[in-house]
Amino acid sequence: MNVDLARAQFALTSIYHFLFVPVSIGLAFLVALLHTAWYRTEKPEYERLTRFFGTLLLINVAVGVVTGLVQEFEFGMNWSAYSRFVGDVFGAPLAMEGLAAFFLESTFLGLWLFGWGRLPKRIHLACIWLVSIGTLLSAMFILAANSWMQHPVGYALNSHGQPELNNVLALFTNPTFLWGYVHVVFASLVTGSLVMLAVSAWYLKQQREVAIFSNAARLSVLVLLPAIVLQMFVGNQLGLIETKYQPMKIAAAEAQWKSCQPCSFSAFQIGGGKNDHTPTQLIEIPHLLSILATGSWNGAVEGLEPLQQEYERKYGPGEYVPNVFIQYWSMRVMAYLASVILLFALWGVWLVHKGSLARSKWFVRLGVWAVVTPFLMNTAGWLLTENGRQPWIVQGLMKTANANSPSVTQTDIWISLSVFVVVFLFLGAMDLVLMLRYARKGIGDQEPGDAGAAAVPAMSY
Amino acid sequence: MLHLHTLWFIVIAILWVGFFVLEGFDFGVGMLQMLVGRTEPERELVVSTIGPWWDGNEVWLIVAAAGMFAAFPLWYATMFSALYLAFLAVLVALMARGVALEFTTKSDDPAWRRRWRWALMGGSLLIPLLIGIGLGDLLHGLPVNSQHDYSGGLADLVTGYGLWTGTTLVALCLLHGITFIKLRTIGATRAGAQSLARAVGWSAIALVVGFVIWTRTLNGPDVPEPVQILALIAVVAAARLALTDHDGWAFAASGVAIAAVVGSLFIELYPNVMVSSTSGAFSLTVSNAASGGYALKVMTIVTAILFPVVLLYQGWSFHVFRERLTGSPSRPEPGPASAASSVSEA
Repeated sequence: MNVDLARAQFALTSIYHFLFVPVSIGLAFLVALLHTAWYRTEKPEYERLTRFFGTLLLINVAVGVVTGLVQEFEFGMNWSAYSRFVGDVFGAPLAMEGLAAFFLESTFLGLWLFGWGRLPKRIHLACIWLVSIGTLLSAMFILAANSWMQHPVGYALNSHGQPELNNVLALFTNPTFLWGYVHVVFASLVTGSLVMLAVSAWYLKQQREVAIFSNAARLSVLVLLPAIVLQMFVGNQLGLIETKYQPMKIAAAEAQWKSCQPCSFSAFQIGGGKNDHTPTQLIEIPHLLSILATGSWNGAVEGLEPLQQEYERKYGPGEYVPNVFIQYWSMRVMAYLASVILLFALWGVWLVHKGSLARSKWFVRLGVWAVVTPFLMNTAGWLLTENGRQPWIVQGLMKTANANSPSVTQTDIWISLSVFVVVFLFLGAMDLVLMLRYARKGIGDQEPGDAGAAAVPAMSY
Repeated sequence: MLHLHTLWFIVIAILWVGFFVLEGFDFGVGMLQMLVGRTEPERELVVSTIGPWWDGNEVWLIVAAAGMFAAFPLWYATMFSALYLAFLAVLVALMARGVALEFTTKSDDPAWRRRWRWALMGGSLLIPLLIGIGLGDLLHGLPVNSQHDYSGGLADLVTGYGLWTGTTLVALCLLHGITFIKLRTIGATRAGAQSLARAVGWSAIALVVGFVIWTRTLNGPDVPEPVQILALIAVVAAARLALTDHDGWAFAASGVAIAAVVGSLFIELYPNVMVSSTSGAFSLTVSNAASGGYALKVMTIVTAILFPVVLLYQGWSFHVFRERLTGSPSRPEPGPASAASSVSEA
């Protein structure tokens, strides 16, 4: 089926894109902090750290930008019916993203990279902060667009039955957007700080540049702890919003087929696939689901079966239950890993407090490997969000099955899907090789020859 | 009074024109790096002329596409799904080029560098060629049915006119790249670029003349529009000035030539945005492809506020790095700046 192939392609390209995005958002912020530390203290170690992590940021941004281009084109290429139907509302935040964020990000990244020693120090510092603001704005607009698909607001249906924008502010006060956006920002800070921690820990493990990387490790731990604490709180709030507007999403995330009150939370389950309405749930924690989904001790959670009946009455016959297996496990991957990272961050802050972080063999060892977790959590989070909206592409307005491009053939999609798989694998390998090589090469001891043609200004025209 | 959808057609046209004027020299530099630079340090110098800007220039393309999505969803949907495989190739070329610009100098391995240089060259050639074919097709007409869906195959996309338009844009990007390299460098590098100007200049002139004639026969009447006369004057001026020391004027002329050719496509297109070769009744126009009045009004206000700011800071970034570059690879950089130049070779 064409629509399934197109979905597979969108899932692949957007998941892949989002491996790089949070690293860019998070690292841009952290590099801006390092640059600020250097500006304030004028200590050379902060300059070296700024440059070092700036280069890692750059390698990562390169892949993030080019994979983002794919997203920008993909709506029209694979989802022309969707684009026609929602362009009036959905296109606006995308265009604003380009105007407000992409120009800012790219122009000031160029200015920052080439501005060393050429721009006044204060302005040079402002450049990296503008890059960071650009990355945050970009996420804001794209989240506003995505949240509209989860919970459409600010529109009225026109005479053709198509949504037309009638209140642009509603896109940005959409509760799904507000909580979803903050959720993504904290996810990015968690990701960025764990990336910085991993690199620092790797150096500390090798006993190389201990003084400098103790600083970086301390900074990343001090950003990580508040970020993960707030992230868990925000994630919980987002869950409450989703229970309200997309009850299917949350009911499926708990494999809750029948309505319940009060509802217990299952830590694990066996079975629970698409048509398994009676999975074996293990380690049930009483009342926890009520608290998570409704915010009250005895809150009622509507089950998938009554919801399915309700949707059939409202929208006609059809399957309205998303893939329960994906929902259940992506929720748990996210929540469990976040708890592990919370404990890890607490441990890190305690070590910082004692002043013994660099000497803690086990923390440093685990710090290198902890970097895997944010990527798993980020991917799980998007699977939960996007899979939980199915069968809708825009909740209640348009089904995914009607949204793909009628003129695009199955062969076309197979070709593009294969091309993307090959190119992405290649890009990922290159990116990883470069990041690792660069990270290992050492800080600030690059050979002059490595600089290649040191382009220096000759004269003005 | 100017209707909002006409205003937005103009905005979209300006975005495409801006993209080709700015990214045009990036493409030119990418295609020419291995011809102008004989040794690896020379090539690195040539590519570093676009270092601070190419990424910002590319954003014009993203905003052009997103602007079409917002203001003319039907145009965006039909064009991007019709030109499916062409845009797939554009995406691959954009990825190869973007990554090549960042990755080439991150290793000293000669084989690594050679491969990424080829990727940069191939990408820089393919993007203007394919987008040129696509823009030419809009005017030439493609089989689009009553549902505004593309009904042709891959072969229908390669129209003679589209191919000519794409080739013309490639030649103009080359010329624009030459005038840009001349403007940004001195000595042997600058002379190397100038030595290519005669051949490229004549090809560009011939292609632009052909483009104007073909456009006229396609769209009638036979008298060229003022913008096409401007294109002819500008390309001749650019080709001649590229042989002189008036580097600034030569660059301005090649920029005007690209702007006039791309602009002329949109002027010819109006009030259509995408011509249907199946039936004139199925063509997409500024009115039947546009978003509703409220969405256009919002976008107009947002653009009126943000776009001047963007132009200001992008202009400022061109001002900051206005010095010409010279290569002195043997000269060790003082202190931490050695890290800077490896960082800065982006």
